[in-house]
Amino acid sequence: MSTEPAADLLYNEVEDELRLPLRRALLADRCPTGALLTRIESDEPYDTELWRALGAELGVTGLSVPEEYGGAGAGWRETAVVLEELGRAVAPVPYLGSSVLATAALMAADETRVLPEVAAGRRAAALAVPFSTGPGLPFPDAVRLSGSALSGTVTSVADATPARVLLVPAVGEAGPGLYLVDLAAAGDTVTLAPRRSLDLTRPLADITLRSAPAVPVALGDEAIRVLDVALTTGAALLASEQLGVAEWCLTTTVAYVKERHQFGRPVGSFQAVKHRLADLYGLVSQARAVARNAVAALDAGSPQVALKASLAQAFVSEAVVETAEAALQLHGGIGFTWEHPVHLYLKRAKSDALALGTADRHRSALALLVDLPPAA
Amino acid sequence: MASAQPAHSARTDQVWTADRLRSAVHTVVSAHDPATTDPVEFLGALFDAGLAWVHFPPGHGGLNAPRALQSVVDDELTAAGAPPRAPGLHTIGLGMAAPVLLAFGDEAQKKRFLRPLFTRQEVWCQLFSEPGAGSDLAALATRAEQDETTGDWVVSGQKVWTSVAHEAHWGLLVARTAPELPKHQGLSYFLVDMRAPGVEVRPLRQATGEAEFNEVFLTDVRIPDTHRVGAVGDGWKVASGTLMNERVAIGAGAMPREGGLIGGLARLWRERPELRTAGLHSPVVRAWVDAEALRLTAERLRQQLAAGQPGPEGSAAKIAFAGLNQRMSGLALDILGEEGLGYDDWTFRRPEPDDDFSTRSFGFFYLRTKGNSIEGGTTEILRNVIAERVLGLPPEPRTDKTIPWKDLPR
Repeated sequence: MSTEPAADLLYNEVEDELRLPLRRALLADRCPTGALLTRIESDEPYDTELWRALGAELGVTGLSVPEEYGGAGAGWRETAVVLEELGRAVAPVPYLGSSVLATAALMAADETRVLPEVAAGRRAAALAVPFSTGPGLPFPDAVRLSGSALSGTVTSVADATPARVLLVPAVGEAGPGLYLVDLAAAGDTVTLAPRRSLDLTRPLADITLRSAPAVPVALGDEAIRVLDVALTTGAALLASEQLGVAEWCLTTTVAYVKERHQFGRPVGSFQAVKHRLADLYGLVSQARAVARNAVAALDAGSPQVALKASLAQAFVSEAVVETAEAALQLHGGIGFTWEHPVHLYLKRAKSDALALGTADRHRSALALLVDLPPAA
Repeated sequence: MASAQPAHSARTDQVWTADRLRSAVHTVVSAHDPATTDPVEFLGALFDAGLAWVHFPPGHGGLNAPRALQSVVDDELTAAGAPPRAPGLHTIGLGMAAPVLLAFGDEAQKKRFLRPLFTRQEVWCQLFSEPGAGSDLAALATRAEQDETTGDWVVSGQKVWTSVAHEAHWGLLVARTAPELPKHQGLSYFLVDMRAPGVEVRPLRQATGEAEFNEVFLTDVRIPDTHRVGAVGDGWKVASGTLMNERVAIGAGAMPREGGLIGGLARLWRERPELRTAGLHSPVVRAWVDAEALRLTAERLRQQLAAGQPGPEGSAAKIAFAGLNQRMSGLALDILGEEGLGYDDWTFRRPEPDDDFSTRSFGFFYLRTKGNSIEGGTTEILRNVIAERVLGLPPEPRTDKTIPWKDLPR
């Protein structure tokens, strides 16, 4: 198996410039932890103000979309930097659902009717599959097409509640298809039932369609391809969000153990604590290389995208969970309280590890891609 | 590490660009065809043209050019058919002696040692570790006492884990010059002639059966004061500079996918389907994932270096590399089953410099990789280094830094 020429695994100047206003102005000022804890138990778990700002003020909701369709004409590398920062803040905005999964599907299908509105962040879109769905699974058949209307229930969809547009995989007599459902036009033929989710900062919902009017976006093998592109793109980019979560966990824990004293010393002076953090530092630096590798493959249109996305999920999912679990432990008692935000990161870390295919499923996919088959 | 003052200031107006360096390489290559020129003469010509280490001062193998431009020279030399610059026997000379001489050596030392080091005429070894001073290098006990009549230093003690000591012309030595001072303050740094009377080199047999390393016994070895590097008592400062270079050398290095032990493990899994079991599949795939993650991490580190932004990730990569190698070689034995019970060669011998390690058994790697988490800084010490120097965590309280070395418990 060949090695492609090494991709650029660093951050370029454009990406660095994108990161600063995000981290300083938006996430630090508008997304403080106290407000986050209040928000997640309110009726409006999503931060609509922040979402509006990401679109209207910073213009980062359509980074990967060409300018002629209302986007920034940048790429997935830049999108990944936004995901890192949103992960670092566990920001409750539908960026992964709308700007990554749905946008990737719309672009792969050349579906430009709603793309400008989605790219501008004026209408959030959601890909109607359970959030645990990874690439390589059989085409979903939970929703059926009859005439030009869809019926069925899709469970555990991420970022569905703020969505105004749904992209729904469905199966009809002619086979699989991907359909656009405009929720304003659909009226009460589509209902969303919020689901109590492990990750409080990324609500899930079950979507039920009862003869909902739908427009085809891709049909037959093309629908299968488009869905696979969207899920592979999502898996590759999710690693960058996970990297942001892991980085918050590491830096916050390092800062805490420098301050917290027991036995007359900072707890961070004990080797049992230092060594665990040193290992996490190594893990996070490896996760960064793997995440950048996956993102670079997307932008380069690499034929090894599936391999690199699965590699990223197989590695980063376990790395982020290990980092978040250690963060809670190394905070001691305060880390187990509701008041301290580390539980929000643990919940995001574990949910992200289940999202878009578990590490185990990605390892199984990878095993076949790199010719390491299971025992007969 | 700190860079020395330029030795010559006359040429500081020169602005070195990639193009100018390429043409400098062409000048050397056209005058000394690498295909027909004696390697020593060819390397000497490169040194004299300032292309050995472009960031070194003129006259000492460099041009005071930006360090990042060395890769331009190396690429150009490879393209011109120059012999590969694999360090082999000269790892310590090129990776440790040259930078330490640049940073801390005096003019006469640079003049005497850098050129034959670069032309591979003189081999170097490192005399740091001792049986009683491994991780705690500053505890070392080898004594250097000055002869007041001649100014020479008279050295006695024992060093260990010395690669290529039996081939070496010169050794980088740290010895204790003031036992009455606290341990870090009483050390000095010397260049020792490995052929001098009183230097005895013995092979050190290791767990694999062979002897990659040596023990070096020093008995009343005389070292002229002109071969002292840095001030008397500055040995720790000088040695710390060289250790950092060693970690860079061991931790980094670009590799193709499935380079290293993972290649052998993956081949074993592919070529011997009859040995596969359900339970071993996941560990094999995990090892592949971790090896690829580590390869990309090393590649990212290399890109950072090339961009002039060296990162501190090298120590962490070295820890992970050691652990992964140990896991993979043990896993290969698990897959092999009965074949894993055997061993290829217990002969007490020194490996040849050109030995092909890829032909050795997994049993050999199972044993040899145990050294990976010890050599070049144990995993435990490197974790302290990362925690304290990278993450900024406070050191553990210590009692050994302030009391005289001679009063420390041993």
